[in-house]
Amino acid sequence: MGLLRAVALNTFREAVRDRVFYNLLLFAVLLVGTSLIIGQLAAGQDVKIIKDLGLAASLLFGVGIAVFLGIQLVAREVERRSVHATLAKPVSRPVFLLGKYVGLLLTLGVNITVMAVALFAVLAVYQSVTPAGVQATWTAPALDPRLLIALGLIYVELAVVTGVALLFSTYSSALLSATFTTAIWVAGHFVGDLRTVEQIGASGTTVWVARLVSWVLPNLALFDVKAEVVHGLPVPAGQVVAAVGYGAAYGAAMWLIAVAIFQRRDFK
Amino acid sequence: MTEPVIVVDRLTKDYPVGFWRPRPYRALDALSLEVAPGEVFGCLGPNGAGKSTTLKLLLGLVTPTSGTAHIFGRPVSSVASRERVGFLPENPVFYDYLTGEELLTYFGQLCGLRASEARRRGTALLDRVGLGAERRLAIRRYSKGMVQRLGVAQALVQDPDLVILDEPMSGLDPIGRRDVRALILSLRDEGKTVLFSSHILSDAETLCSRVAILAAGRLQALGSMTDLVQFSVRAWELLLDGVDATLEHRLRETGATMTTLSPGRVQVHLPGTQPPEPLLQWANGAGARVLALQPVRETLEDVFLKHVEGKRRDVPGTTGGA
Ligand SMILES: Nc1ncnc2c1ncn2[C@@H]1O[C@H](COP(=O)(O)OP(=O)(O)OP(=O)(O)O)[C@@H](O)[C@H]1O
Ligand SMILES: [Mg+2]
Repeated sequence: MGLLRAVALNTFREAVRDRVFYNLLLFAVLLVGTSLIIGQLAAGQDVKIIKDLGLAASLLFGVGIAVFLGIQLVAREVERRSVHATLAKPVSRPVFLLGKYVGLLLTLGVNITVMAVALFAVLAVYQSVTPAGVQATWTAPALDPRLLIALGLIYVELAVVTGVALLFSTYSSALLSATFTTAIWVAGHFVGDLRTVEQIGASGTTVWVARLVSWVLPNLALFDVKAEVVHGLPVPAGQVVAAVGYGAAYGAAMWLIAVAIFQRRDFK
Repeated sequence: MTEPVIVVDRLTKDYPVGFWRPRPYRALDALSLEVAPGEVFGCLGPNGAGKSTTLKLLLGLVTPTSGTAHIFGRPVSSVASRERVGFLPENPVFYDYLTGEELLTYFGQLCGLRASEARRRGTALLDRVGLGAERRLAIRRYSKGMVQRLGVAQALVQDPDLVILDEPMSGLDPIGRRDVRALILSLRDEGKTVLFSSHILSDAETLCSRVAILAAGRLQALGSMTDLVQFSVRAWELLLDGVDATLEHRLRETGATMTTLSPGRVQVHLPGTQPPEPLLQWANGAGARVLALQPVRETLEDVFLKHVEGKRRDVPGTTGGA
């Protein structure tokens, strides 16, 4: 437990000392801020635009940071050989990998918190400049606490993406890992479509392959409640719990496969 | 009988080489050796001999193709085998976003120390390797030799009983080398076991109780310095000045070989076990001056060259297997 914490905190420290992390974060916050101006331009429009943009920016930049830092988690250590001194200490490879994973989750937690604060600040400003009469037409209040559910599920999605990045990072170079992880992230949003290919009249093998791929890829649509939250539609608690459980299971599976690969690696 | 600290039994490592059709390349071939507690053991050999491979196998960084290795009775595949071991990798690289002090604290924690304890040990060790003034400096700003010193410090972070150093002198200035030599001797005096690899034979000669000489992945020689190096005199070397033709002829008759350095100044090499005294008398009688007289003994370098020269790796992958 102490070992895990030490590795995780060191990984966190590595991220927060990386200038790129701040640049990405700053850029994301700026984008959320810009949504205020866009909201103003589309005068008379709903507060929905700001929420939409804010959530989308949180996801996009979160994925950016998850991929950028995730692929380096292990690949960089192996390439630069800093892993030699570390793994020569009495720390097992599974604990090392888990510590790295947890450390990055901490970093992403900080990242999503900053994004949430920025989004709520922008919404508060927007609310204060909007006449009460206009506010009455909104389908959901500006400072809707359910935005936190959407942000929470975005965080779980980031955790899954990080798991994928970690897995690739244990045996592939940083560049390849980045490409694969991004591809899987994109594909992960269409998993639902793959599961219904037979409805559009696909043949036997195609259905079979599509099913298989849909089980291997993470079903990221499960984490997407942005539309519901923005439009003030209900989000059932059961759905949220199921999504969190799925995300945790998928992340754990990524870690286990990463361990299986990493255990066999020779460090040159 | 004390238990050996390290037991290596027919340890073999093949690396796959080639992208399309990887073939095994034998980096280490059936190495067997034991290291006893309190020994300073040197692992010597030319480039590519398999020294680093051996040390990495001992730390579990590389998995053996066959054979076994145990440290303190535990198989090297277990995490527990590394509890009492400190390791300095070859050309070490550390997390450059940390300061020296932070690195040692982190590594101390990985060895199971509490943060405060790890920090305390870290500070003491940085002083010990001469980095006390740089302990708050980011490792990114360290020079090569400073990183090497830091590497030595981190190998000692949990006060290990076995210290394994891969080329500890590399990248160090003469003062740094002297410091590391002194450090190895003080570790020995503390009763610790030290295993290090080196190309520098004079270091091995003065530090090691025993050495192994590796070449082309095979153990070529193993033993204490007295076992390996014949300390008896093998020849004499004289330096004479004012040698005339008669004296030169007379010297040559004894079987000595001569090199004329400048007119009248001759270096005489008298092989075998012949006593040099008669030569001194002749030189005296002929009015030549004796500038130097010294015995030629075998050095570790001679032994090393004898064992290493002409040793080639067999065709990759075909060695030992059949
Ligand atoms: N990752 C690898 N893949 C293929 N071959 C390797 C690998 N690592 C080492 N080798 C080969 O194994 C042999 C032994 O290498 P090793 O690094 O153990 O040598 P060394 O004795 O430490 O040499 P040096 O004095 O140069 O450090 C070399 O011939 C090297 O080419
Ligand atoms: Mg080496």
